[in-house]
Amino acid sequence: MAEKPYGLIATFDTPGALMRAAEKVREAGYMKWDCITPFPVHGLDKAMGVRRSKVPRISLIGGITGFCTGMSMIWFMDKFDYPITVGGKPFFSPLFAFPVSYELTILFTAFATIGGMFLLNGLPMHDHPVLNYENIRRGTDDLFFIVIEKADPRYDLANTKALLEKLGGTEVKELES
Amino acid sequence: MANALENNDVPAVLDEVRPAVKPRAELVGHGRSFSWITEKICGIAEEKTPVWWWWCFITACIVASFTVAGITYLVATGVGVWGHRSPVNWAWDIVNFVFWIGIGHAGTLISAILCLLRQKWRTSINRSAEAMTIFAVVCAGIFPVFHIGRVWYAWFLFPLPNSNYIWQNYRSPLEWDVFAVSTYGTVSVLFWYVGMIPDLATMRDRFNAVGKTIRARIYGLFAMGWRGSSRHWSNYEMAYLILAGISTPLVLSVHTIVSFDFAVSLLPGWHTTIFPPYFVAGAIFSGFGMVLTLILPLRAIYHLEDLITQYHIDCMCKVILATGTMVGYAYAMEFFIAWYGANPYEGFTFINRAFGPYWWAYFIMVTCNVITPQFFWFKSVRANTALVFILSLFVNVGMWFERFVIIATSLARDFLPSSWGYYSPSIVEIFTFFGTFGVFSVLFLLFIRFLPIMAVAELKAVTPQADPHAGHETPGGHGHG
Repeated sequence: MAEKPYGLIATFDTPGALMRAAEKVREAGYMKWDCITPFPVHGLDKAMGVRRSKVPRISLIGGITGFCTGMSMIWFMDKFDYPITVGGKPFFSPLFAFPVSYELTILFTAFATIGGMFLLNGLPMHDHPVLNYENIRRGTDDLFFIVIEKADPRYDLANTKALLEKLGGTEVKELES
Repeated sequence: MANALENNDVPAVLDEVRPAVKPRAELVGHGRSFSWITEKICGIAEEKTPVWWWWCFITACIVASFTVAGITYLVATGVGVWGHRSPVNWAWDIVNFVFWIGIGHAGTLISAILCLLRQKWRTSINRSAEAMTIFAVVCAGIFPVFHIGRVWYAWFLFPLPNSNYIWQNYRSPLEWDVFAVSTYGTVSVLFWYVGMIPDLATMRDRFNAVGKTIRARIYGLFAMGWRGSSRHWSNYEMAYLILAGISTPLVLSVHTIVSFDFAVSLLPGWHTTIFPPYFVAGAIFSGFGMVLTLILPLRAIYHLEDLITQYHIDCMCKVILATGTMVGYAYAMEFFIAWYGANPYEGFTFINRAFGPYWWAYFIMVTCNVITPQFFWFKSVRANTALVFILSLFVNVGMWFERFVIIATSLARDFLPSSWGYYSPSIVEIFTFFGTFGVFSVLFLLFIRFLPIMAVAELKAVTPQADPHAGHETPGGHGHG
């Protein structure tokens, strides 16, 4: 028995078994639970009831910021702050400012996307209780896990354990927080 | 391959027109398991450094020293040590820059465009192709940076406040290129790194399991505490998809902007609207050539035949065939437009390219780029790995000569015969370019040694057993047929 339990972890051998179990866990009404898989299992989001990722919104903000940065930077530098005549071309035109703004749109979107992904995932987090489970290394190799947190309102050591075992989970263990 | 239709009751009217079930190509041979894939790929970085690696690494370092020597001499003396003379003020440096940047493009194409097109065969080669992209951009960057002469002023390229209070000229395509290439380099690194996070976590856990805590900590630091959570995968996959989505216009824009460096000028032979698509096709063509040049030896050394199957090689050869044919079409179309446009200077430039003093470069270019890929029509050629490797080398050579032909011949003889010239490289230029192959190889060898050379998580996801419905409805059959 763990002194300060974090929750229960159950092992599954195949993505199919995990998927069927995940559907049942969701139907049982659990909210604070998770699956650990070595690769993204197709359709598991739906089985778990995970909503569409919010990363695209952050990306969009990044992209708009990048485009505006490019346009305003070029306007400021070549038209406002220090205009120089080159080849009789206008000091500012959105046409020649476009390639640079376009590249900055992509650059800022990339940073926003990756930053947003880390932010929404709460990473980096190097000391998560799940990582202390002795067999967790198989979770980045070839096994699949379901973790149900103690913080879940429906969590009950005996009942939750029975549910996970009934769903085909082997080695249902308590995690130390 | 089990035919699902045979098991079901087919309505009588459809009895005669049963659709053919085409077996899907196996992406992982011999039905390898998840743990086999992990062991195979991570094992390459974990094993004791092989002897061949040291020999290659030392050789690569010696070759790379040529670049170091060439650049040191250039910085100590001046840009005059290169063979550039008026009228040819852009020569090998820009040729090499475009050559290396072009090679990089196949990496982004594989990781981004093929991801959007759901071409699952990309999973075996995307990691090493992305590494190739980054190292190629590193090699490319050397040339323009040192071509500016006083390299310690290279930061003038970027909009940083300086004591002259003057800003960059955004009306010039060269400044666009600064942004295009630096964005390309940055996004390529980010894309590569994000793709690697789950695999770094795998390596962290494997090092932990065998008690190598220092290495586990280093890999763990970069793995950001990844634990394979499904909720994380959901955001991760979305982020990866967006990165693929933005890298696609990025890769197309980068070589378009590189081509603007030429197309926006008024020089006959450069000032053409065909340049952007022509450059992009050429870049992908050369990049796939380089991917094959790198992957085929890796496959042989590490016995990766189950992960890089004949199907993968076929696909790459076909991309080379398609893009090579596009490049050939562009060569023909350039000639046609030069004649049809009735501009005497433009017409002369193209006759001069093919029959003037640089005829030999044009001949090599056409032979390597137009004729070489046509061999890939034949299945027996694609199945002959050694031959594919040799042909891929020809592609690399041909694309270098393409850039040389475009840049040097157009500048050497433009408008007034009184200002014509002939360009030959100096030994310093030759050394510097030769050395970049060493720089590239050093980086690539380090990559092989320390990082997972294939996307382990993605490879697992394309195996038949990764499908959660596999063996569910049709026991023993492939679920994804």
